[in-house]
Amino acid sequence: MSVSTGELHSNGQLRADKRKKIYAKLWRDRYLYLLILPGVLFFLVYRYIPMLGIVIAFQNFSPFLGFRGSEWVGLQHFRTIFADPEVVRVIWNTLYLSFLQIVFAFPAPIILALLLNELRSELYKRLIQTIVYMPHFLSWVIVVGIFVIFLRGDGLVNNFLQTVLGMEQSVGFLTNPDYFRPLIVLQVIWKEVGWGTIIFLAALAGVNPELYEAATVDGANRWRKMWHITLPAIRTVIVILFILRLGSVLDSGFEQIFLMLNSFNREIGEVLDTYVYYKGIQQTDYSFATAVGLFKSIVGLVLIVGANYLAKRFGQEGVY
Amino acid sequence: MKYRSIADRIFDWVNSIALALLAIIMLFPFFYLFSVSFTTLDEFLRSEFLLWPKKWATDAYEYIFHSKSFIRSLWITIYITVIGTAINLAFTTTMAYGLSRKIIGQRPIVFLVLFTMLFSGGMIPSYLIVKETGLLDTVWALILPAAIGPFNLIIFRQFFMDIPHEIQESAIMDGANDLSIFYKIILPLSKPVLAAFSLFYAVGHWNNYFSGILYLNDATKWPIQVILRQIVVQSDAVNALGAANMAMLENPPPPETIQMAAILVATVPILIVYPFLQKHFAKGVMIGSIKG
Repeated sequence: MSVSTGELHSNGQLRADKRKKIYAKLWRDRYLYLLILPGVLFFLVYRYIPMLGIVIAFQNFSPFLGFRGSEWVGLQHFRTIFADPEVVRVIWNTLYLSFLQIVFAFPAPIILALLLNELRSELYKRLIQTIVYMPHFLSWVIVVGIFVIFLRGDGLVNNFLQTVLGMEQSVGFLTNPDYFRPLIVLQVIWKEVGWGTIIFLAALAGVNPELYEAATVDGANRWRKMWHITLPAIRTVIVILFILRLGSVLDSGFEQIFLMLNSFNREIGEVLDTYVYYKGIQQTDYSFATAVGLFKSIVGLVLIVGANYLAKRFGQEGVY
Repeated sequence: MKYRSIADRIFDWVNSIALALLAIIMLFPFFYLFSVSFTTLDEFLRSEFLLWPKKWATDAYEYIFHSKSFIRSLWITIYITVIGTAINLAFTTTMAYGLSRKIIGQRPIVFLVLFTMLFSGGMIPSYLIVKETGLLDTVWALILPAAIGPFNLIIFRQFFMDIPHEIQESAIMDGANDLSIFYKIILPLSKPVLAAFSLFYAVGHWNNYFSGILYLNDATKWPIQVILRQIVVQSDAVNALGAANMAMLENPPPPETIQMAAILVATVPILIVYPFLQKHFAKGVMIGSIKG
């Protein structure tokens, strides 16, 4: 089969035209590219170059030798992770704390949203909302600081226990490791319970009030209305948030845990994030710390993508 | 009023009271910190339960405001908050606008932005890049690596995409280029969104503690949250505020009142912007949860 030179020529012409068009478009949008340039540079330098920096997890990185000069050790650090009882304990601490958060801190805003929804006075509801949202905007240093001031040996809580309830010794809320996990969960609830209600209250605002009126006419009491109208209205939101929460079981909130850690509770309090800091920054074991961090990032990526897939399967738009 | 059963009414009362108690739990710490921070040394030592001072004293506040390191850390934090927020807005809006228009390469870039929300190099490589770029022990380490919050970028982009095209097209007819469209049309239209996000970014800078301990070894560069941790959580007011300061006053106030005063001073700016924040955040959270 022969192809005429004329056709060939027009094909080449077409391609050249296309390329010209692309150049013309790039030139036309030159100012838009100028606008995105600072942001693109930011993402390259502070987000993507650190991703390349992951290679040090496969090296014995030394700042003096640099990325190129450091010795390659393959998967050695990853083998150490699972052989080291210390790391296994840290992973366990992380998972256990997440489990407690899911059991206690996750349902708290749902319950609060349901209670707020039952308030009859709109004004009173708004007042309570204004107050309970506020702690969300405080720093962890302030939240932990307040807990420390109230709970230490001579703090208000121990004063109360001793003088009013007649306890003989002060309770070591901050020094006895048994209190570590409950305190972490309590702080999260205190800080975030109000903020967490917003998404549920928004879903409830979309409920047609006629549904409630119709149910009242049919003789449904408050509990039945809550059970058959209110809860179904937020059920999808609950399930999606729950799935996404499962996707981040390895995140424990560095700032809070780091502030609460002390020599008494380190054994049960150390989690993956604080461990990476401790190993990498304080002991400058860069490679091993990066390997632990990479392990966490990869498991986290798999979990969050899986969670998002499930949330989408559940019939709703995912978050990403 | 419609007929309501007794059980119904009891529930209403119990519910209202329970929520009032919850609100008190949120507010009481500040009330307590406020009153104790103003008590005199005498009264502080004598009384077990201090809920309202008989005599007001401002010793604790004088003490912290005489501390050079406290004042310095406040200025550092104000500096970081102002400059940092300005950089946040500049970087976020320009990139969001560029990506809101149909340009070649838009999709892959948006994907790469979204990917950073799922995966990161982690703490150590980020630390090393900050070190390599020479930002370690400078306040820029708290500003540049946080220049754009990807989530905010995506929300801004969505907002820009929702601005009707006709407005921009007529400007192009008049011979305006994309830079002047962005500056003269898009930004003025986005004032409320800019206000909301500048507040969110600013609160983030004010509250930031993690970057401070990660990137700043030099105690003279510490922002307020790091100093606050030393004063309150580590109970080390003397070192945090300077020992010389202690000798300055004849009767130094008890460390407890100093801690409480320091917490309140660091909380006041948040409380001042809170009403403005509240106006915006419900909407912001909703945009964020619907679109991403």
